[in-house]
Amino acid sequence: MPETTPEIEAEIDHLLAPVRHWSKRFLAFIGCLAAVVGWGAYAYSVQLREGLAVTNMRNTVLWGVYISNFVFFIGISHVGALMSAILRLTHANWRKPVTRMAEAITVCSLAVGAAMPLIDLGRPDRILNVIVYGRLQSAILWDFVSISTYLTGSLIFLYLFLLPDTALLRDRLRGVGRFRRWLYTTLSIGWKGTSGQRRRLDRSIGIMTILILPIAISVHTVVSWIFAMTLRVGWDSTIFGPYFVAGALFSGVASVLMAMALFTHFYKLQKWITPVHFRNLGLILLLLDIVYIYFTLNEYVTVSYKNETTEAQLLSALYGGEFAWIFWSVQIGGLLIPAFILAIRRTRTTLGIIVAATLVNVTMWLKRYVIVVSTLATPQMPQPWGAYWPSWVEWSITAAAFAGFVLLFALFSRVFPIVSVWEVTERHPASETTPEAEAVETEAGG
Amino acid sequence: MPETESAGEDAQALSRDVSRRRFLKLIAVGGGFAAAGALGGKFLFEKLAGTPEDALNPAPGQRRSWVMLIDLKRCDGCGVCTAACRKEHNVPAGQEWIKVYQVRNDDGSSYFLPRPCMHCENAPCVSVCPVGATFVRRDGLVLVDHDRCIGCRYCMAACPYDARYFNWGGAAELTPEERALYRPEYPLVHRRGTVEKCVFCAHRADQGQLPACVEKCPMKAIFFGDAREDAVSNGTEVWQLSKVLRESAGFRFKEELGTKPRVFYLPARRD
Repeated sequence: MPETTPEIEAEIDHLLAPVRHWSKRFLAFIGCLAAVVGWGAYAYSVQLREGLAVTNMRNTVLWGVYISNFVFFIGISHVGALMSAILRLTHANWRKPVTRMAEAITVCSLAVGAAMPLIDLGRPDRILNVIVYGRLQSAILWDFVSISTYLTGSLIFLYLFLLPDTALLRDRLRGVGRFRRWLYTTLSIGWKGTSGQRRRLDRSIGIMTILILPIAISVHTVVSWIFAMTLRVGWDSTIFGPYFVAGALFSGVASVLMAMALFTHFYKLQKWITPVHFRNLGLILLLLDIVYIYFTLNEYVTVSYKNETTEAQLLSALYGGEFAWIFWSVQIGGLLIPAFILAIRRTRTTLGIIVAATLVNVTMWLKRYVIVVSTLATPQMPQPWGAYWPSWVEWSITAAAFAGFVLLFALFSRVFPIVSVWEVTERHPASETTPEAEAVETEAGG
Repeated sequence: MPETESAGEDAQALSRDVSRRRFLKLIAVGGGFAAAGALGGKFLFEKLAGTPEDALNPAPGQRRSWVMLIDLKRCDGCGVCTAACRKEHNVPAGQEWIKVYQVRNDDGSSYFLPRPCMHCENAPCVSVCPVGATFVRRDGLVLVDHDRCIGCRYCMAACPYDARYFNWGGAAELTPEERALYRPEYPLVHRRGTVEKCVFCAHRADQGQLPACVEKCPMKAIFFGDAREDAVSNGTEVWQLSKVLRESAGFRFKEELGTKPRVFYLPARRD
């Protein structure tokens, strides 16, 4: 930071406070999450010992909540690319206090999401076969390649934006343990903020911004292709790629909104994360909601109109049968109600937006569950419907996945500042507007 | 100045020539790219969409082309085939490598439909397997290498016939004696976390014997044979495959999916 004022110093101090001091309440919270993860680890050890027989997946419904979780977590990981790349490319400067959260969500959810298919494997001990004998014709290979590329890219992305802050932590944080001192010193790779370093950082960020977009889109496209490459009713769809990408961004933005609400409350970030940020992201959520409704109409109206025999079986289960409660919860609770909350000015308050985001996230998990399970349960031979309800092992591992995600995210916010300090404390009145100034601007415009 | 004139004409002809040559070159290069693209596209399509082989028209050099024919008129749903198969391969509980379904017609009548693995020419399970654990043998048999299978179950999701089963529990590793017995052609011992299915009794076919289900079927409803010889047998009768398929309205299950099964059926009723 070239020039500094007491005001900026106070801001930096405030933003580094969660990193500087780990409160007792935080340690208790971490302890609870770790306990849930530990319970999940125990459940997984049971599964390793007894085999997948301890799940309730069987030969008909052969995938269950593990694969639903996989699609869900990989889905919310897309928000990092949206916030940091798309909003950066469109010069939306209000993004600056919230991009770090989005990027951290991306990395944490990718880590948890990628673990899910491994937990689902019958032979996790043979995972290296995917590399040794990998066949490029298989959509699973496409996933393997694109998810690992996206994870690498997201880590680089997160790190590039983190670099100046690690130097800040190295220089300003006193009294932290030796490990963290070493961590900050190593990660900051001699960053001093010279103009040459800044230029190189800007160029790297510019390149990654462009690179991360096609990678992110490819990730959820090939996740959807795992399903769409089969001859199964409900999966055999040409729009699954864009449908899944839209759903991924939709639930990802909802996740960032929830994270914003929690961090603003607990870390007292009201100065940086303002109602304008909620409103702007709320409007993006509304846009994605409408896109998702559009895809949903395309997906279901076309097949319902023709009502082909096997399609009709699945549709009747979705519209009025076994899966109707989930299906309609998603359409009404996850798409229509949030759309109204976000579209009507009176309900588009910060609280309203948080409620909508929560509804979206819960129902988007249900949506993934119904995509995976209802299709597999639909008989494709002359036999009754397949039955499935997750076992305690599957619920435990699912709970551990969510707890593990929150745990990673919370720890991240206590090791690194959850708001990009160098970006929000930068003062270049000539080239960039401050969040406050822009807030006024956008308010006036809206 | 005739010389200059002719020189001018020469120059004109030359430039015309050059442009023609360039044009031809352009065509050649463009054509080359188009051909390369088409070949590449064809290659990709064949890789992705399966080979355009057919059970009834085996590739040259293919020694055998095993097929099965099931006469639904004869099947009475007794389930002896399933039991014989279970005995032959020590099939784990909960799996029916040849499963007999009862299909109900709208008019209340019903018939039985035995379903082994279809050993599809364009097998969706083989396409989706990430590690090549399920593969097609030269004679058309679709087999599973249980030493390589990672248990992702994508093949089961991809199979339109529910022909595949998973070992959800059971022992994870083989004893040395069991290991000596194991071959993908003869999966007599079963490992947890891997996928199983009918193998058309490959170990018997290799020795010129009929599959266990064919041999034991009391109704003599199941036939097995080599499409290259155009003959199938149930152990007592030998039929000419092409003739019986033509004359008795033979069909394959879910033909419209393009999986090209190696299992043919004769209709349950002669309507």
